[in-house]
Amino acid sequence: MGLLIKDKQVVVPGDILADDLGFIPGFGTYRNNHNLVCSRLGLVNIEGKVVKVIPLSGKYLPRRNDIVVARVFDILMAGWRVDINSPYSAVLSSKETPEFIERNEDLSKHFDLDDYLVCKVTNVTSQNLVDVSCRDQGLRKLRGGRIIHVNTHKVPRIIGKKGSMVSMIKQATGCRIIVGQNGLVWVDGEPDKENVAVNAIRKIENESHMPGLTDRMKVYLEEITGVKISLLNEGDYNGLQ
Amino acid sequence: MDYNKRLDGRDFDELRPMEAKAGVIKKADGSAYFRMGKTIAYAAVYGPREMFPKFMQDPKKGVLRCNYNMLPFSGAGGDRVKPGPSRRSKEISAVTEKALSAVVDLSDSPNAVVDVYIELPQTDAGSRCCGINAAAIALADAGIPMRDIVAAVAVGHAGNKIIVDLDYEEEHLPDYLEGLDEKDVADIPVAVIPSTGEISLLQMDGIVDKAVLFKALHKAREAAMKVSEVQRNALREKFVAHVSDDIDNNENGFEENQY
Repeated sequence: MGLLIKDKQVVVPGDILADDLGFIPGFGTYRNNHNLVCSRLGLVNIEGKVVKVIPLSGKYLPRRNDIVVARVFDILMAGWRVDINSPYSAVLSSKETPEFIERNEDLSKHFDLDDYLVCKVTNVTSQNLVDVSCRDQGLRKLRGGRIIHVNTHKVPRIIGKKGSMVSMIKQATGCRIIVGQNGLVWVDGEPDKENVAVNAIRKIENESHMPGLTDRMKVYLEEITGVKISLLNEGDYNGLQ
Repeated sequence: MDYNKRLDGRDFDELRPMEAKAGVIKKADGSAYFRMGKTIAYAAVYGPREMFPKFMQDPKKGVLRCNYNMLPFSGAGGDRVKPGPSRRSKEISAVTEKALSAVVDLSDSPNAVVDVYIELPQTDAGSRCCGINAAAIALADAGIPMRDIVAAVAVGHAGNKIIVDLDYEEEHLPDYLEGLDEKDVADIPVAVIPSTGEISLLQMDGIVDKAVLFKALHKAREAAMKVSEVQRNALREKFVAHVSDDIDNNENGFEENQY
């Protein structure tokens, strides 16, 4: 009776998580008579009486205020259509650019096809129409560097608490890194340092489940680059710089 | 005539050996391999993604689109299967789609499509069931919200016995066993939603009476539970390898937004 699973256990759709009414179904679960049943593949998270499932796979679904790395794939009358690595594309209006755009100006002078941008999701409708904006500090076109794809659900681990994980990689490699919530990561720096940063990100992705990840990454990065990393300067991280 | 011993020596309610694996196709969003005896199915799931042609989009919920395909060299009985869509493969694609849409919930992906491609490199009867089993694992692997994982199995009637999980020889029993007539043999593929016992696919080739059909469906539910266990273990195996029990407290960072 009661809970049938442990916290942080892997569950698959159809698994019965609890069999009485003492628990409240959260994300990724539903109620079937007395049973609380799983509807997403993921990890169980129990917070008091709420049981939810943290997904381990699936596409990125845009949420308001997410910072994403996007690719321009079409130019519209008054803006751009961008691919945000999600089932739905987003629209960047020409009013939402860092600099003012005159009427009838050629939009491709600002952002051309296949340019990559960092932008922020400003609105998502019920039909999943997405608006993005480039009018905020640090939002811009990405020049140089490289883009890598990571699992969307591992992005919080790559960023770390208050950006501790990325700032470690930045310190060690001297690269500029932007991690989009949509699983696109921009890395720019010395070519060999870029490789180190990419390998570090892949390592985080693969080992995100194991305890002591931050410490292990610190040792790993110091060993490879020989740079002493101080974990002290955890600033207010806004996903950029 | 009676059918007293199965051709391959199995018990009457014994399934063929099963094997399942999740995440076998790297480029797909979700994928799976499922084997029942000599029948092998691979399923690849892509999406949710934008749907084309656009007029097929549904603004209320996402669309599930299945495609069942037997590879030319896959047939039991030795003949080459003519490649490309056929009347049979289109029908099986359609029933697979219906069997699976009973559980998947695509209300969060309006105007989008989830494509499921089922390929069979080797078949020995029960290919639609094997395909559904693989597709169900692949959909879960792709992180699609769904009520349950559908499990499918064929049951049948031969002589006076109810048999579970027929192979090619049993589907064509009169050719292999003297004294049995076409009308003594029936083949009933069934897909079951394990948590509720609901049936989302029911087809029949042959003739049975009502009492026998109900008995057969009972057997099918029991057998589907065994299939379901194999499917679930395949998924757990893939992800438990990635996730140990002792994750740092609070470091999974789902709710707390680090930005």
